[in-house]
Amino acid sequence: MGLLSYVAQRILLSIPVIIVISIICFGLIQLPPGDYADAYAALASSTGGGNVSNEYIQQIRERYGLDQPFWIQYWKWVKGFPEGDFGIAMSLQGTPVADILKERLPMTLFINFWALVFALCIALPIGLYSATHKYSLLDYLLTFIAFIGIAIPGFILAVIIIAISIFWLDSTYIGKLYSNEYIGKPWNFDKTIDFLKHLPAPIIAIGIAQTSNTMRIMRGNMLDVLRQPFIQTARAKGLSENAVNWRHGARIAINPIISRIGVYLPEIIATEMLVSIVLNLNTIGPLFYDSLIAQDMYLAGTILLVISVILVLGNLLADILLAISDPRIKYELM
Amino acid sequence: MSGNSDYIHLTERQLNFKKFLRHKVAVFSSFVLFILYLMVIFADFFAPYGMLTNHKYYLYAPPQISKIRFVDNEKNFSWRPFIYRQVAKRDPKTLRFIYIDDTKKKDFIYFFVEGEKYKMFGLFESNVHLFGVKEGKLFLFGTDIIGRDLLSRIIFGGRVSLSIGLVGVLILVILGTIIGTVSGYFGGWYDNIIQRIIEIVRTIPQVALWMALASIIPKEWPSSYVYLGIVIIFGLISWAGLARELRGKVLAIRRADFIYAAEISGASAARIIRTHIIPNVFSHIIVIATLSIPIMIIGEAALSFLGLGIKPPMTSWGLLLTKLKEVQTLKHYPWLITPAGFIVVSVLCFNFIGDALRDLNDPHSK
Repeated sequence: MGLLSYVAQRILLSIPVIIVISIICFGLIQLPPGDYADAYAALASSTGGGNVSNEYIQQIRERYGLDQPFWIQYWKWVKGFPEGDFGIAMSLQGTPVADILKERLPMTLFINFWALVFALCIALPIGLYSATHKYSLLDYLLTFIAFIGIAIPGFILAVIIIAISIFWLDSTYIGKLYSNEYIGKPWNFDKTIDFLKHLPAPIIAIGIAQTSNTMRIMRGNMLDVLRQPFIQTARAKGLSENAVNWRHGARIAINPIISRIGVYLPEIIATEMLVSIVLNLNTIGPLFYDSLIAQDMYLAGTILLVISVILVLGNLLADILLAISDPRIKYELM
Repeated sequence: MSGNSDYIHLTERQLNFKKFLRHKVAVFSSFVLFILYLMVIFADFFAPYGMLTNHKYYLYAPPQISKIRFVDNEKNFSWRPFIYRQVAKRDPKTLRFIYIDDTKKKDFIYFFVEGEKYKMFGLFESNVHLFGVKEGKLFLFGTDIIGRDLLSRIIFGGRVSLSIGLVGVLILVILGTIIGTVSGYFGGWYDNIIQRIIEIVRTIPQVALWMALASIIPKEWPSSYVYLGIVIIFGLISWAGLARELRGKVLAIRRADFIYAAEISGASAARIIRTHIIPNVFSHIIVIATLSIPIMIIGEAALSFLGLGIKPPMTSWGLLLTKLKEVQTLKHYPWLITPAGFIVVSVLCFNFIGDALRDLNDPHSK
């Protein structure tokens, strides 16, 4: 089977997965007792939005089919998704969810992507170094740091990073993703610089756990590879130690890491959610959290669905990457 | 393996135990965890004060653990450690409480000190605590906003933090084992459906689903129900990994001759699974279970930290960290981060033990 048809089949297979996930998310929306429209009215009056007119509530009932059976409600909820209609956010004064997502989704993807890149860029060389200098002092030190890195939860790390940067480094580039004066402004050079200065904190807090993890795995992989006969052959040929390690060893040792990207993604996204809640970034995490606190389950369910779809696509991408990087992989559907 | 002839007489379990002892870090971790669990089980005895006791003249008192001394300012040495009594004063400018050591008053620290009354497990009444001072107050890790001893709260909070992993994992193991082995053993359409379900459950980000479900727990429920609810949520959602791994193992074992032999002898499927399959995959179950506990400990901490998990009057390590959401807290009261240390240590220990067990189980895997 060629690569293209493999990709096509994988895409086709992920469609039913997404449909089932959307049903699960909708089930979640339905879990809390009570009527969405009533909850909306109660929330609007409690947050000082004034009393909502009965007509408006009737409109919401109509929009979500609240007095109709589960399947019709479900259909009314999902049918807009392909066209970009994600409903309205009750906890945000009825703003269309699509508008919020348009702003926050790219930011979320951006941060997650760079956290992953950060993790890989740091972990791979260190892992390789650890493996080629096995049982050296630095190897022990790095292993120790890696274990701590795995054990310390991202959100606690975020808290510590905030405190250190504000009180000891005197940095103001902390929390949020750009300074207050740039909120709602179009992107220009100054805003971009400001944005870049805000980036290190979340990326470190999110990436550190995966960095530590990858480092351990890379070290293990590399040690395994170095024991293989073809490495001995390479040495016997008289290749330099560098050529043996990098050209023959590292190239093989890196494959399992690529196949693990699919495993990393959910963990990175989960950490990103918690960290961005602590750092108050304008990504999906805090939005999800706020919607849960406000019991706006329609918004929460929609976000959960969006994140899951991102994950499905991420896994797809990881599989394709693996298929390209490792020609030994047969294009088999598991 | 060394050529020691004693090994011949050892059962597999004894052999594995010997091998485990060779993992020094894992043995040490087990010891640390043993102490931690002992502490939280007998929390009333180990904690110097009650979980909710507030000392109203000691709001945000700093930790005294670094102020324990054997030599006083006049260079007199005493074998018994002591602390200078902490006295609260108001800062004339900021009106905040500041604490100074009164060098005239030495409070000696004793073991088995009589203090607050408690009823252990609601059965044994006593007032003996492991350590404490007879006069004055002793706050090794400082106090919180309303003057509750942080160390005592960490010990009581550990009951929730450390037990949620165990109970959650118990549910995970039961579900994962049943679903995984049955799926691997019977195969066919049942296996197909289970595999798809596992795939889907693994696609939804676990923490997000935990958060969503935890937020549905009614706010008016008492703490103990909330605790139960969270344990069930953790267990119900995390079985997919175990089930998937077990299915693979069972598929491999299923083709072994001894399973055919059992089938030919007329053993029922339930019997084969119980007496032949489960014992063979048991070590895998233990490894995955051990490595799942820290995930749940961190999960509980995150949920409680965000206010979606355990709620007062119960407490947990995550809930104790809630105050840190405000940036200034860590600057003014840095000791409030101590519970995070307990989280990291217990997670580390479980990870070390899990890694060692995995090594025993499958020396080739990494």
